[in-house]
Amino acid sequence: MNEIRRAEVEDFLYHEAALLDAWRLDDWLALLTEDATYRVPSNDEPQSDPKNALFTIADDIRRIRARVARLKDPHAHAEFPRSRTRRLISNVRIVELQPLVVEANFVIYRFRGNDDVRQYVGRYRYGLERREGKLRIKSREAILDAMELASLGTVSFIL
Amino acid sequence: MSASRLVLNEPSELRFEINRAALVDAEIFAAERSRIFERCWLYVGHESEVRAPGDFRTRTVCGRPLLFCRDGENRLRVFLNSCRHRGTVVCREPAGNAQRYTCFYHGWTYDRDGRLYAVPGQSAYPPNFDRSQYGLKEPPRVEEYRGFVFLNFDANATALGDYLGKATEYIDLVLDQSPSGRMEVIHGTQEYDIRANWKLLVENSFDDYHLLTTHSTWLDYLKSSGVEVKRPEKGHLLPSHGLGKDLGNGHGTTDNVNFRGRPVAAWIPIYGDAAKPELERIRSEITRRVGEERARRVCDTNRNLLIFPNLVLLDGSSVSVRSFQPVAPDRMRVRAWALGPVEETPLARQVRLDSFLTFYGPGGFATPDDIAALESVQEGLGTYKEVQWSPLTRGIAKQGEQLNTDEAHLRAFWVQWDKLMRAA
Repeated sequence: MNEIRRAEVEDFLYHEAALLDAWRLDDWLALLTEDATYRVPSNDEPQSDPKNALFTIADDIRRIRARVARLKDPHAHAEFPRSRTRRLISNVRIVELQPLVVEANFVIYRFRGNDDVRQYVGRYRYGLERREGKLRIKSREAILDAMELASLGTVSFIL
Repeated sequence: MSASRLVLNEPSELRFEINRAALVDAEIFAAERSRIFERCWLYVGHESEVRAPGDFRTRTVCGRPLLFCRDGENRLRVFLNSCRHRGTVVCREPAGNAQRYTCFYHGWTYDRDGRLYAVPGQSAYPPNFDRSQYGLKEPPRVEEYRGFVFLNFDANATALGDYLGKATEYIDLVLDQSPSGRMEVIHGTQEYDIRANWKLLVENSFDDYHLLTTHSTWLDYLKSSGVEVKRPEKGHLLPSHGLGKDLGNGHGTTDNVNFRGRPVAAWIPIYGDAAKPELERIRSEITRRVGEERARRVCDTNRNLLIFPNLVLLDGSSVSVRSFQPVAPDRMRVRAWALGPVEETPLARQVRLDSFLTFYGPGGFATPDDIAALESVQEGLGTYKEVQWSPLTRGIAKQGEQLNTDEAHLRAFWVQWDKLMRAA
């Protein structure tokens, strides 16, 4: 693990972004550990714990899988027809080595129906692990910079 | 556009139709502000959101920036957040604690009781300038029901308790979750816009007719998580029996036998085995306190309560307080909070918050599909000049009980809306 370099982390995050933009959600699931979490805190409480604060999303691995199953169903009306997204990942930093914690900035452009483009801007915080030589996601938090979701509306795709 | 033609209500003909202009037209939208929002009791916030002297939160209600706070004596206060000098928003932070509120523009400073405390260069004002006349203004009426604080811009409005009327029974049922009858807003606010008319969210919040079709993926999620979702009985659309009730003054509620998980005493596998004894303990405390029969209502029913015009108390997968502000005919801003008993253990609190996210909110498994539905309706209403009327007649030919999938409670909202819109 001490051998980790930023370039490897960047490649991994870019790969993940490409899978999500392509809606290859099963391939994305394969990047997660068996106990992975996915969280989006409420905009007014960006540094909270879902045990005692209301989040927008606070999934354990079971609910991440259920979320993917739902998103693949054409009856998930919020994402049918699906949004098109384009993620730009930048400012990737290794902030802790043991365990490996990585932060990155993101801009996600989301296009849907006749809507104006919606821009989701924020910071990712990842807990990563190396399993059988490959990086895997143990925790994944997307912290939005917007003071409120407001015109961003819902977070019905994977942020 | 004559307001009298917006709701076609002819019970003897079994007709009830809504003119779609009511959801689109800018003049009607403007009239709603003066005829409905400036006459009805509007939700401001919950007592638990400000706790100590000087605690404040700013929020906007009916287009007015407000300061919702505790004064020097720790009393709940609501001030119009606008400097008496030039109108600047005095307090520009979302929340905090203040000794005094200073307007940054020219420095007029108010104390926690709203009194004008200091004016830079006061000597230049004439001798008749009286600081005591320039305190922060308050809305004409502010009243509270069991921790829920409301305002009214009509000084002659009926008292809040009378306005809420029969709806208090359903507020009380929610508060019975707490041993002391006290609930608190849990921190973390879900704030999001919906590109639709606010009345569509009124309907959606307590219309159970849409559940099966709009939320099929949520039902699938429950089933795949081990929740028993029964086939509806003959003549029914939903897995359990439920009513729709008109509570008077435009308020209404669903009152349903529960089939989903509830953080009060309706355990489902999603909550995990560790939570089971805790939920049993909560259940037995409630039963001891309020008796078997009422405990069944508190624990085994879920209710979506509309307080006319724009407050919804959802007591389902969790308890959510949701209020929404009309911004434009085709846009509203929603604020939603989670509510929990003040005595709740960390484990029960965790279950409550987790259960909330299975259904509600902008990242939940159901709310985003509701929002998609409302936005799709609004888009479709672009045809309102050609396709003028929407029927709202489910259950209208029936005597006796009205189901949650009927529309009697939705009609009650529209009848009150129409009455206020037509009042001079």
